[in-house]
Amino acid sequence: MINKIVASAEAALADVPDGATVMIHGFGNAGMPAALIDALIAQGARDLTIVNNNAGNGDAGLAALIRARRVRKILCSFPRQADSWHFDAQYRAGEIELELVPQGTLAERIRAAGAGIGAFYTPTAYGTRLAEGKETRSIGGRDYVLEYPIHADYALIKADRADRWGNLTYRKSARNFGPIMAAAARIAVAQVREIVELGSLDPEAIVTPSIFVQRVVRVAPAMMKAA
Amino acid sequence: MKKLDRKQMAARVARDIPEGAYVNLGIGLPTLVGEYLPKGREIILHSENGILGVGPKPPEGEIDEDLINAGKEPVTLLAGGAYFHHADSFGMIRGRHLDFAILGAFQVSTSGDLANWHTGGADAIPAVGGAMDLAVGAKKVLVMMEHLTKEGSSKIVERCTYPLTGARCVDRIYTDLAVIDVEPDGLHVIETVEGLSFEELQRLTGVPLKRLATAA
Repeated sequence: MINKIVASAEAALADVPDGATVMIHGFGNAGMPAALIDALIAQGARDLTIVNNNAGNGDAGLAALIRARRVRKILCSFPRQADSWHFDAQYRAGEIELELVPQGTLAERIRAAGAGIGAFYTPTAYGTRLAEGKETRSIGGRDYVLEYPIHADYALIKADRADRWGNLTYRKSARNFGPIMAAAARIAVAQVREIVELGSLDPEAIVTPSIFVQRVVRVAPAMMKAA
Repeated sequence: MKKLDRKQMAARVARDIPEGAYVNLGIGLPTLVGEYLPKGREIILHSENGILGVGPKPPEGEIDEDLINAGKEPVTLLAGGAYFHHADSFGMIRGRHLDFAILGAFQVSTSGDLANWHTGGADAIPAVGGAMDLAVGAKKVLVMMEHLTKEGSSKIVERCTYPLTGARCVDRIYTDLAVIDVEPDGLHVIETVEGLSFEELQRLTGVPLKRLATAA
């Protein structure tokens, strides 16, 4: 019997090695898997490469992982925010590497990894400093920049409901990077509000099919709130 | 002359958005346009984080932390709205499905180059978000900005001195002084605010402007 349900967030992340590339779902706090991030901090893996849209807000979640000095490099589109102080301090001190990627290119590089695409041409950033040193090509009169996929060892996802096979549904705009990160990672771990019986998720409404998900952890909503 | 305030600028832009348009509003001043869209027109707002049919701010007490816009402010979903993941969302943008992107700017050049993401300062931490995707992807890129910097120099320039967001991508500029189209043969002044002559606008702007018959 397939059963991807794991007893705890800690158990789900016990094997993350130092130096791993970890995608962290979420746009701001919407979709941020706080319980999994806390478990990753407790687990202690270091020298991580993190993929997220931002570089942490306030003191919790990804910001706490950065504060704990576990992040060597971050790939994101929008690091600088009013409350990104932990990232800002380490970046200015030269202690964290930043690869700044336009948001749509970030999403497509993640998607490409999960979809087996070797590289792709995008019009975004052509003629700007974010395309400096990159291969370009004119196709049909339009200029494009060559971009490569971003693969990950782990993806930490927050979803709404799951079954024991790992099928996932999301809530509202908290879906954001979840489906593409799950597909791009070797091991996708989903923290979910509720685990339901196999067959009770509407097959027409499953957003991430089980093939993309390796581990599922139920995190009670109250705990999600507090995190 | 009567400079437009932020609300008047938002209302001026909103007037030009037609029924049925799919529109992305940038963070900051452009977001304000959403509050001034003419009643009775169905206009569908897109948000980069995966929403079509963005509705107004929810009342206090009905805020849902899973329903936010690209500026991370709480919003609502209109009837007919939809959620989708980030790659689909930017596919809509780059794939030329959006009718309008309305963006803020530091500078726009006479050839429609846009600079709005980075001051280029050595100690500035760069952040780009979805600006470069919107600049190349939307069918029409509308810029909203004050005409002059705090020091009184024109933000419409021969060449952008700030790092570019996109080259030759701006279609129309709305400022607190004028509405200006970017055309292959230069900048066409569509209108000026009350009490501002074309000559005075030309003097303030520095780069060559063309006067349309309909402009003051």
